[in-house]
Amino acid sequence: MKVLVGIKRVLDPQVKARVNGDRTGIDLTNAKMTMNPFCENAVEEAIRLKEAGTAEEVVVLSIGPAKAEETLRNALALGADRAILVHTEDTLEPLALAKVFKAIVADEQPQLILVGKQAIDDDCNQTGQMVSALLDWPQATFASKLEINGDTAKVTREVDGGLESIDVNMPAVVTVDLRLNEPRYASLPNVMKAKRKPLEKKELADLGLDTANRLTTLEVSEPPARDAGIVVETVAELVGKLKNEAKVI
Amino acid sequence: MSVLVIAEHENGTLVGSTLNTISAALAIGGDVDVLVAGNDCQSAAQAAAQAVGVSRVRVADDSTLAGQLAENMADLVVSIASDYSHILAPATTFGKNFMPRASALLDVSQISDISAVISADTFERPIYAGNALAKVQSADNIKLITVRITKFDAAPAAGGSATIEPVTAAADTDKSRYLGLAASESERVELTSAAVVVSGGRGMQSGDNFPMLERVADKLGAAVGASRAAVDAGFVPNDYQVGQTGKVIAPDLYIAVGISGAIQHLAGMKDSKVIVAINKDSEAPIFQVADYGLVADLFDAVPELESEL
Ligand SMILES: Cc1cc2nc3c(=O)[nH]c(=O)nc-3n(C[C@H](O)[C@H](O)[C@H](O)COP(=O)(O)OP(=O)(O)OC[C@H]3O[C@@H](n4cnc5c(N)ncnc54)[C@H](O)[C@@H]3O)c2cc1C
Ligand SMILES: Nc1ncnc2c1ncn2[C@@H]1O[C@H](COP(=O)(O)O)[C@@H](O)[C@H]1O
Repeated sequence: MKVLVGIKRVLDPQVKARVNGDRTGIDLTNAKMTMNPFCENAVEEAIRLKEAGTAEEVVVLSIGPAKAEETLRNALALGADRAILVHTEDTLEPLALAKVFKAIVADEQPQLILVGKQAIDDDCNQTGQMVSALLDWPQATFASKLEINGDTAKVTREVDGGLESIDVNMPAVVTVDLRLNEPRYASLPNVMKAKRKPLEKKELADLGLDTANRLTTLEVSEPPARDAGIVVETVAELVGKLKNEAKVI
Repeated sequence: MSVLVIAEHENGTLVGSTLNTISAALAIGGDVDVLVAGNDCQSAAQAAAQAVGVSRVRVADDSTLAGQLAENMADLVVSIASDYSHILAPATTFGKNFMPRASALLDVSQISDISAVISADTFERPIYAGNALAKVQSADNIKLITVRITKFDAAPAAGGSATIEPVTAAADTDKSRYLGLAASESERVELTSAAVVVSGGRGMQSGDNFPMLERVADKLGAAVGASRAAVDAGFVPNDYQVGQTGKVIAPDLYIAVGISGAIQHLAGMKDSKVIVAINKDSEAPIFQVADYGLVADLFDAVPELESEL
């Protein structure tokens, strides 16, 4: 089985996002960037499938800027075999990303696609579902457990009501949640080895796809800040304030 | 202009998120229809027909919709999409699952998790865990949208009188099978609809200490929530998690106990009306959003709170 993993380069989750001067987006100049945390879980799961002998090859794909090569190298250091960068300096919407995935899948013929459940920058939570729609494959979203059983996979999904189980035919697209696994760190020797692993670059324009955005961002703004609160000294004072001042209990 | 709302329901009971989504639909304008899809879902359809502002309820009641698998749900939505200018579902795990699939099949870009309707084609949505708000305009002729339910008041559940019509389910894709739901058992109010929420974090140290919070919650008629750290550590089940990757809630009162206040946690609760933080570290970021902060050891403060209530 070949596994294809989608990876996005995003602002580090520990860094507070700030709106840029002309209010068109987030200021990313010199910002610390990293692999989207959910993608780390996707890569980890793919590597574990390989270690378990369920998968033979792990291919990682990123659609994005030249700098995403760094993020792909990171995935190679973690244990992926091969990387593909579809280069564009534009930010594509999930629908356009899904079209690119479809084109790559036509070449690569993976039996499983793993992506994160959401990118922590756009918070879209769409790409995996869209990829599976365009491929006419089954989907399993928000996975916290994945069990491949030959032609089918059993997936435990984290839903609002608890844990749901479904069984999907393979090939399938699985979008992963944070509790699926604990991602490993890359060792220094593996970081060195990753430099020699194959990384193929393609230009988005050469794929001949319609990837025009359908949404226009008119403005990006800071959300209104909360007014500063007060520190109370005792539990009794707290209860008094909640009853008499805030009137919420 | 006609707007379709896809109802969230559980075993025939309409989920509150549907009423918030109806409000978002009414803010867009035009006639509002509701689609109720599932197996044995007539009672949910009856309930949806009572919601104020709904013109017509369309019911797809079919065994192939049991478990509301994404493939069958998306095909059903696509089969009636041409009747509508907008299709909305709540941005809960229910809506997030099949809506992007339907969008891709229709070749439109979904607008995720809207927090406000600016006009029929322009919407506001939080990005970067709510650290910024983006105003986006859609050029698609059908707009598929998921709705941040805490940002829209619930439409009144009674007083409406919509017509109810059947609609044929799409053919079974047979791509996946629903096996079941392991629901966490709780007699308490549901987290997303509770007026008061008491949440515990890593500071609780163990799941064995959560009954302490539950006793406070019982006195307040509150739901119990948690940070990701508390869920990851196995103190409580996954559906307790509040935050960017868990539930987004906005109760009248949110009490954060032993929670530091990471960006990703704040993303799920900072729209609460009143926030209380109990934490022994006066530097914890949670105090920056708290209306009332108490710097104390929770193992002293929580039992005291229980007896003061
Ligand atoms: C992609 C991504 C998504 C995430 N999504 C979420 C999410 O949805 N929800 C979420 O919550 N987190 C999420 N996180 C995790 C988040 O970054 C934090 O790690 C997490 O919220 C920390 O939980 P905590 O506050 O319980 O633990 P800590 O940060 O460890 O804080 C524990 C707090 O308890 C206090 N404390 C300890 N003992 C006591 C005591 N005896 N009395 C009083 N106070 C005490 C400490 O002072 C400390 O402030 C996400 C992270 C990432 C990277
Ligand atoms: N530019 C990209 N290149 C590769 N994969 C991506 C890209 N953007 C998103 N993905 C994948 O899709 C997931 C969900 O992203 P989103 O739908 O934007 O929330 C991410 O976790 C990635 O696995």
